[in-house]
Amino acid sequence: MPTYRKWFQPYVGPYDPCPPLGAVAYETPVQLYLGFQPAGMEQYSPVQALSYGTLWPGLYTPYTNPFNPVNKGADS
Amino acid sequence: MWYYEKKLQYPVRVSTCNPKLARFLIEQYGGADGELAAALRYLNQRYTIPDRVIGLLNDIGTEEFAHLEMIATMVYKLTKDATPIQLKEAGLGSHYVNHGKSLYYENAGGESFTVAYIQSKGDPIADLYEDIAAEEKARSTYQWIINVSDDPALNDSLGFLREREIVHSQRFREAVELIKEEQGQKKAY
Repeated sequence: MPTYRKWFQPYVGPYDPCPPLGAVAYETPVQLYLGFQPAGMEQYSPVQALSYGTLWPGLYTPYTNPFNPVNKGADS
Repeated sequence: MWYYEKKLQYPVRVSTCNPKLARFLIEQYGGADGELAAALRYLNQRYTIPDRVIGLLNDIGTEEFAHLEMIATMVYKLTKDATPIQLKEAGLGSHYVNHGKSLYYENAGGESFTVAYIQSKGDPIADLYEDIAAEEKARSTYQWIINVSDDPALNDSLGFLREREIVHSQRFREAVELIKEEQGQKKAY
């Protein structure tokens, strides 16, 4: 299973004017890894699908604000 | 032709009176990677793309108009009860002077929509790669709006729209595989 959020640590210079923000997150959602969708993947119920925005649990990659401390360190 | 269903694709709820968010959301209305640009781009490319992926561009282009309508609803809800002073404080003073309370196809910086945002190259691979890039850019725009928005109800609708960008990107990537025509053939080179 790939992870859908990655982090990198930008260089911290000795004369940076602002305190460093720390690691920077970027999203790597499922479509980067799935390839051509295989037949017969698991499906949500219609009501769930309408609420999640996709029929396929395998395509559901929700987003959370990485600047929220609660989400720090989350990598999936 | 189209049939119109008089309902939104996904409910739009706004929990706080915060016209500032309207200013950010307008990026997805009339910005370079917004829903209008997406709809016009895909529906226009339909004519010169290989037959087997015309339907995909038709469906996704149509859905982008449904997303445009959701963004319009959000912007309208956030601004309809704001006083001119509140609009001014939200950074929408010049918008109000020029357009009143009406919506306008512009980006978050107030620049008018231009069709030069989109390309139509007539090369199927070039066009589909632009479409994939457009979906990823729209996805990230939604992420940045969610990062600056503190309205959980609004973020729920934005999360839905972001997930649709992911599904669309997946389908465009599959379209590339389809027109490469080697999909599923066990060829050894």
